[in-house]
Amino acid sequence: MWLINSSVGRKVVMSVSGLALILFLTFHACMNVVALFSRDGYNMICEFLGSNWYAVAGTVALAVLIAIHFVFAVILTLQNRKARGANRYAVSAKPDRVEWASQNMFVLGIIIVLGLVLHLYNFWFNMMFAEFANGGMAFATGLSATDGYGMMQYTFSCPVYTVLYLVWFAAIWFHLTHGFWSAMQTMGWSGKTWFNRWRCIGNIYVTLVMLCFVVVALYFAFCGSCCSATC
Amino acid sequence: MAKNISFTIRYWKQNGPKDAGHFEERRMHDIPDDTSFLEMLDILNEELINDGKEPFVFDHDCREGICGMCSLYINGTPHGKTERGATTCQLYMRRFNDGDTITVEPWRSAAFPVIKDCMVDRSAFDKIQAAGGYTTIRTGQAQDANAILIPKDDADEAMDCATCIGCGACVAACKNGSAMLFVSSKVSQFALLPQGRVEAAKRAKAMVAKMDELGFGNCTNTRACEAVCPKSESIANIARLNREFLKAKLAD
Ligand code: SF4
Ligand code: FES
Repeated sequence: MWLINSSVGRKVVMSVSGLALILFLTFHACMNVVALFSRDGYNMICEFLGSNWYAVAGTVALAVLIAIHFVFAVILTLQNRKARGANRYAVSAKPDRVEWASQNMFVLGIIIVLGLVLHLYNFWFNMMFAEFANGGMAFATGLSATDGYGMMQYTFSCPVYTVLYLVWFAAIWFHLTHGFWSAMQTMGWSGKTWFNRWRCIGNIYVTLVMLCFVVVALYFAFCGSCCSATC
Repeated sequence: MAKNISFTIRYWKQNGPKDAGHFEERRMHDIPDDTSFLEMLDILNEELINDGKEPFVFDHDCREGICGMCSLYINGTPHGKTERGATTCQLYMRRFNDGDTITVEPWRSAAFPVIKDCMVDRSAFDKIQAAGGYTTIRTGQAQDANAILIPKDDADEAMDCATCIGCGACVAACKNGSAMLFVSSKVSQFALLPQGRVEAAKRAKAMVAKMDELGFGNCTNTRACEAVCPKSESIANIARLNREFLKAKLAD
């Protein structure tokens, strides 16, 4: 199967799964922004994406996507280290036009996975999982498991979590600034002109998406509890 | 006016692919700065021979930037640092200062084993080329030059791709040991021309398969290759190769 056996094929798998994950992040960002305007609106979305078959199927599909992206990243990294050989250069100068992110995609990926574990523990575990396993009650707060708004207030009331999430968002931003145009390049949808365009489009798009996450996190960190009914 | 500079040269010695290898150092005195880098190494070797020592081995041939033989990793950059792409043989001592320490290493990549010192075995590139980097032509009467019309832009672009001299600096610079810039340039030089289109799908598949088989890494688009390519090949070629390869695979 050429998607596994050939270097270009493996990269295509990385690109397609990566682009799908960017699409997911876009939906997630849009959903979060609702919380800035309406508690009920946000919780309605949480309920809609709770314990029903389509939300669970979506979660499983997402998990598979992340697993594929991760496993292929590990395979590619190991193969590339082998291709590089055992001998390292004694002196190496990094050319200016090489982006830092492009050389550190795997490290950034590891940070993102660690952040994801924290995120699943903070939210998924207290929400979708709690709906099935804890009779619809969040483990951490004792609130309703569909009260996503309450979970955000609870999580971001802790400054350590807020900082950890901001670091996580920064890692995702770096990862995607390279990932976006790199995916287009791998799919062959690039060239001398489109390389610059994709890079520009990618940087703007990714910055907008990540800003949504940052704004929501900061909102809940600084004024989430003052207007809350639960605290 | 040329001025003379004195510096320390730190060069890699290695007896074959299995040897661990080590650096040796020598102080060079009063070298005119209009000496080319390779001439400077010739002077070094003369001194070493006069001292009864083994000379330093490195690849070179045309010494005018067209054959692709010279291949030294100088102070952390393949072919040494210049504003615009240049090969090792096109590097002059005026790029260096009095009192510098100049470190010379071989291309380090698993697919390019060291033969001796800084001479590495790049026959992997020949094998990739032999896998499909040609057009099959029935020899006979040469046809009229205008029988197949080619737009000037395409001809220029194909020519730019064909200027890749197969030096391997792209592989040497790549943290993944990927040969994609070389292979994509060699695929592009034909893919852009009608004569090359006939075998385009077959060529892309065969050359990528050979590249993978020989142990080159997976390209992750870091662009280190195009930053050091002496012929300024662009990663647009890599996008073209990906496109050709994907089209060929999807058509299968
Ligand atoms: S693409 Fe550039 S660096 Fe690579 S082999 Fe060709 S000329 Fe050398
Ligand atoms: S010696 Fe021929 S390109 Fe440098």
